[in-house]
Amino acid sequence: MELPTPDSFVLSRKSEIVATLQAVLPQGCVIDAPEEARAYECDALTAYRCPPLAVVLPETTEQVAAALKVCHQMNVPVVPRGAGTSLAGGSMPTSDSVVLGVARLTDVLETDYPNRFIRVQTGRTNLSVSGAVEENGFFYAPDPSSQLACAISGNIAMNSGGAHCLKYGVTTNNLLGVTLVTMEGEIVEIGGAHMDASGLDLLGVICGSEGQLGVVTEATLRILPKPEGARPALIGFDDNAVAGACVSDIIKAGILPVAIEFMDRPCIRATEAFAGAGYPDCEALLIIEVEGSDAEIDAQLARISEIARKHNPVELRESRSADESAKIWLGRKSAFGAMGQINDYMCLDGTIPVSELPYVLQRIGELSKNYGLGVGNVFHAGDGNMHPLILFDANKPGDLEKCEAFGADILKLCVEVGGCLTGEHGVGIEKRDLMSHQYTPEDLEAQMKVKDVFDPKWLLNPAKVFPLDTSESRRGAQGAAV
Amino acid sequence: MTSDILSPQSEAELAEAVAAANAPLSIQGGGTQGMEIANATRLSTAGLNGVTLYEPGALTLVAKAGTPVADISDMLAKKNQRLAFDPRDLRGVLGTKGAPTIGAVAAMNNSGPARVTAGACRDFMLGVRFVDGSGDIVSNGGRVMKNVTGYDLVKLMSGSHGTLGVLTEVSLKVLPTPEMAGVLLLNGLSDADAVAAMSAALGSPYEVTGAAHAQSGVDAHPVTMIRIEGFEESVTYRLAQLKELLGHFGDVAIATDPARTKAGWAWVRDCTVFEGKEGNLWRVSVKPSDAPGMVAKVAPENALFDWGGGLVWMVLPESVDPRAQMEGLQGHATLMRGEGHVRFHPEAPGVAKLTQSLRKKFDPRGILNPGLMG
Repeated sequence: MELPTPDSFVLSRKSEIVATLQAVLPQGCVIDAPEEARAYECDALTAYRCPPLAVVLPETTEQVAAALKVCHQMNVPVVPRGAGTSLAGGSMPTSDSVVLGVARLTDVLETDYPNRFIRVQTGRTNLSVSGAVEENGFFYAPDPSSQLACAISGNIAMNSGGAHCLKYGVTTNNLLGVTLVTMEGEIVEIGGAHMDASGLDLLGVICGSEGQLGVVTEATLRILPKPEGARPALIGFDDNAVAGACVSDIIKAGILPVAIEFMDRPCIRATEAFAGAGYPDCEALLIIEVEGSDAEIDAQLARISEIARKHNPVELRESRSADESAKIWLGRKSAFGAMGQINDYMCLDGTIPVSELPYVLQRIGELSKNYGLGVGNVFHAGDGNMHPLILFDANKPGDLEKCEAFGADILKLCVEVGGCLTGEHGVGIEKRDLMSHQYTPEDLEAQMKVKDVFDPKWLLNPAKVFPLDTSESRRGAQGAAV
Repeated sequence: MTSDILSPQSEAELAEAVAAANAPLSIQGGGTQGMEIANATRLSTAGLNGVTLYEPGALTLVAKAGTPVADISDMLAKKNQRLAFDPRDLRGVLGTKGAPTIGAVAAMNNSGPARVTAGACRDFMLGVRFVDGSGDIVSNGGRVMKNVTGYDLVKLMSGSHGTLGVLTEVSLKVLPTPEMAGVLLLNGLSDADAVAAMSAALGSPYEVTGAAHAQSGVDAHPVTMIRIEGFEESVTYRLAQLKELLGHFGDVAIATDPARTKAGWAWVRDCTVFEGKEGNLWRVSVKPSDAPGMVAKVAPENALFDWGGGLVWMVLPESVDPRAQMEGLQGHATLMRGEGHVRFHPEAPGVAKLTQSLRKKFDPRGILNPGLMG
């Protein structure tokens, strides 16, 4: 992975930059000792590391603005950071950058049940947002699998999804407003507790902009009443194509499950060996969850089973209790851990049109043979979001590069069949150089124009999202990192 | 006003037309919104017509921008699916004719009563193709439901009213049409009680799919409507639960006659109650609990509360400015029909600056619907 050459002028001014930041921030908010800054050298894409110049951890929106103003004036690149759980390198620093973390902004500012929203500071974790409204029977819908650790700021930056977005949508569908601090240090309120924008939908483009348009310090989030209950069914098939057809038939029948998860044989075997959830040894496994009262769930599961039976499943299990539900979910929830037991793995995130599933799985199998690397597939089947897990050995020279090439081939395949490079993890540095496979130069130019407006000097997270050669003139010409 | 109308028959022709334009363009789909720009050449997308992809099993539909909404709805209905955001058809209340197009629906982020729970038009837009103000063709998003590849210009285009680019294609997530719909009817509630009742319903686990209240309904009395949709067993159960939950607000009637239910919600969606009423038609988005107080200050002859109170429609004399009664409230008021006020709510300086800069970037010559959004 190529990273831009650090700006030697910025590096040479480190002490001056740190002193200026210290002057505008309270004591303890600026970390410049190399051994402490090292803790911020990577996010969850741990294959790439680079300690930043310094780290700032402001305690208020105004302090965020002050820090950004300093960096803007001194032409220092800024890498915003939530909880550092990005799988795409979204908060990976460069050596000439200041990491701006929102970890100290964790308050709940307002909870409003009649109007169904919560306003929080964005350093708060995803799960603790739901936690704050749980007792009143509400929850926050987007549930990325890192929800125990990941911060709302990162969810907004990456437009995070989760297992339940087939029914509830992703972050952008549950975000009502933000307090955004621009690179110039201006505080802008966008959206609010009301629905939809009057003018341009700035909120819509800020969500998913990977920390390149501004730092979001507060967010108004839609909260939803918790369903009365939820239970899954587990259905096994001997053929991927048949599993795909079953999903399509369920959807066509007018049933909208809250989640449809798919696992292929390598993944099923790995999780069985790891967690012993009692999954059948078959080609494809579906976990389909529905919500409602007990009677409603029974009725929906009966409809699903009826459709599934027409596809000759090798296994069909409807959960009747919380215990049985937990057992059905156990394997799926431990899938990543199970693959990690076998070897190091890289988790991909392409999305494909659901109808292309059998072809794509067949091609991934062929590529796996060619590269000599194992792969297991976990898949949000309702919305086409795939998570191929490629196994490799980080200690074996050349294996990581081979794995990356394999991953790139899979993502190109996703684009080729009408899908996209990333469904919920984001581009970051990981998929940056593949962007030109999905978008034309004009398409990328249109996106970069948006960044020109919010961050004219291209100082915010500048080396991400866009291929380096595509963004070079902008990053260079503006006096930012080259 | 000129009578010129450009009617490109393909995206490439449309891009050429924009690139060649040396004067303002008034972008139109079916021309049903009464938003024509004065002293501008009309640019119609009607020639870009047709559904290019429909996969019912993947809940995906891709259509050229000039495709009539009615054609899309018919095609979806054959597979028992629908546009779940239920776009409004305001021809009756705007006094216009023509066929509303999907491009205009997207460009206006036009969402009906279902928006309160299902989400807005923008939430169902998966991808767009458009021609920017320089004549460049841009694609963003795609046809898959989860996509975070690069910036979400799809959302930026939704609601941009043609000021950033002319949409040429829209790809949408569609949803199954529920087997059944049922409605709870509460009569004679005050605005405050109606919003409280709707909030209670929307805050329940019964997945309310519509919540509206009219100060003066078809029989000239206040009526509050709460909708449940789904499989029959579910609808029956949930209506009964809600009836009990809302019992303390007054008598609750249940209606499940399909034709009546459908007509009732079309009446809300299309603001039919204001047909033939003279004055300015306003659309106000506020926090639901702020709506009754705002309406009391504005004092319209009639107010229609949709989205559980989060969206209020009113017809007001030109002399009345509802924005003057929104001091300190989050939200915005749009003038949908009439004179004497700017159409869009003035934005706070920080937002306005970003908006203007974006427009300058995407339409450097300022030729796309100039003046419409300020």
